[in-house]
Amino acid sequence: MKSGNNAPSSEERRSSGSFTHDLIILGSGPAGMSAATVAAACGLRTIVLDEQSRAGGQIYRNVTVAPESVKELLGRDYCHGASLAERFEKSGVEVRYGTLVWDVARDLTVTAQQSGRSFNVRAPQLIVATGAMERPSPLPGWTLPGVLNAGAAQIALKTAAQVPDGKVVLVGNGPLLLLVACQLLDGGAAIAGIIETSPAANKRRALKHLTLAATCPKILGKGLRMLWRLRRAGVRFVRHVEDVRIEATDDGQRMRAVSFLEGGAAQRIEADVALLHHGVVPNTQITRLLRVDHSWSDEQLAWHPTTDAWGETSLSGLRIAGDGAAIAGALAAEASGAIAAIGAAVAIRKLDAKRGDELAKSWRSALKHQQRVRPFLDALYRPPEWLVDCADDTVVCRCEEVTAGRVRDMARLGCEGPNQTKFFSRCGMGPCQGRMCGLTVTQILANTHHRAPNEIGTYRIRAPIKPISLGSLAALASAPNQTLQKKEFKS
Amino acid sequence: MFKSIKLSPTELPRSVVIYVDGEKVHAHAGQTLATALLGAGTVPFRKTAVSGAPRAPLCLMGVCFDCIVEVDGAQSVQSCMVEVREGMRVRLPSGARRVEAAA
Repeated sequence: MKSGNNAPSSEERRSSGSFTHDLIILGSGPAGMSAATVAAACGLRTIVLDEQSRAGGQIYRNVTVAPESVKELLGRDYCHGASLAERFEKSGVEVRYGTLVWDVARDLTVTAQQSGRSFNVRAPQLIVATGAMERPSPLPGWTLPGVLNAGAAQIALKTAAQVPDGKVVLVGNGPLLLLVACQLLDGGAAIAGIIETSPAANKRRALKHLTLAATCPKILGKGLRMLWRLRRAGVRFVRHVEDVRIEATDDGQRMRAVSFLEGGAAQRIEADVALLHHGVVPNTQITRLLRVDHSWSDEQLAWHPTTDAWGETSLSGLRIAGDGAAIAGALAAEASGAIAAIGAAVAIRKLDAKRGDELAKSWRSALKHQQRVRPFLDALYRPPEWLVDCADDTVVCRCEEVTAGRVRDMARLGCEGPNQTKFFSRCGMGPCQGRMCGLTVTQILANTHHRAPNEIGTYRIRAPIKPISLGSLAALASAPNQTLQKKEFKS
Repeated sequence: MFKSIKLSPTELPRSVVIYVDGEKVHAHAGQTLATALLGAGTVPFRKTAVSGAPRAPLCLMGVCFDCIVEVDGAQSVQSCMVEVREGMRVRLPSGARRVEAAA
């Protein structure tokens, strides 16, 4: 395999000079759009690849074509994406939408698929701006139809002007949960309750970060306004709950209620749709594929690829911008995208280092401002311990239907890491390739073995990082950049 | 499972007809197949290969693979990652994907 250990060294490959571009950017969310705009201004021959059919990423999904009434409902923060997308489109950067990146080699050759055919692009600099995904919320019954992530409901609103039909409950915690609740209210959904899972101790822990967070009054103000809005609408709030379960209808075909313990007393709210949310986590599929350094963040309970001040990882030329490095939000992503692009321009000598420092200065202060509120939010909305101490009957791996109990059994039998439990049970081996169970399995194994997640590790990710057809692969052989392919394998 | 919010008449997208297990379903141009099925009340989208359990989308952003269906003969397509097309033929899968001999 190209990404294997027998491949020529990255230095050997990079000296061959057969680049298609100066810079490749994966993803056109806030980080990718910002990086591309800055890179174009620096004169870099840039290409952006995105799996979606339009620019915006998830946060600004569909912003270039959303109807006015949807935009109004989603608010000013969403509309900010439209101006960013406009600058991105005007930059003249080459963009390929509907393009699935399924491999990245250590020499930064990117293999992607568009319209069922695979092709390669190659540049000395690569910015991964693939953002975040919602943290999985492994609750008993979370595989039932009618249970979605809160972000999914927001995507339905952004892309199809739809809201859940019937009674909706929101379960979990975090700013997005409140935002989605407000937007669904405005969209005419019937909210039966917000079941908040933050333990009471979170507030105390968050309090010590409040002084720093208070230097961003606008951000805190947004949160308070959302809470007021929901209170005024008379939405039922249940707090500090435990033991949340989703109940199925008698025929087992969909959900019908959410049950939980409130102050030790059993409660139940009937609903047609449950929306789960426990914050977002970096999508590390590509950085894991490339085996760069990662470390476990105890604050964000997720893996962070290690990056320097210019977003560069432990692999030279590979940079991460936006929430894919650590969760800091869309405005921070815009800043870190610009910084990574400046770093790329300096690295390939399209920009003088001193000029790079100057250009990055205002972006750095914007980034720092956004990051100041993070310790407070991370502490206030830390997912409860019980979320990963889930009941034995909870399905952890949705694809292969492996339960938490089975993972614990394997741990007791001597499995020390996720790659062993995967080998014995297929946990993490289904089509999602561990995206939905990776964090949970690491945390369950860490808890069972009384060891740190850093010692437990995570799945080894291999290409293709999403399923592709053999026909798509075959297209590589007849691609115009075939010579590049041959040269690479010879060297 | 999902319903449309009120849009002004000028904002209403073009209507598109797709076929789900042979049944006519009305969708809107520009929306993904997954939201079209959610809007039509399709439950479940599929039954799993492992236990036959019913599933419908969780993430709608290409991560969870719970929305996979058959589209115009291609199996295991993430319905949240494709937009509806006029006349699109969708089959809701039950169990493991079929292995077919080449034509």
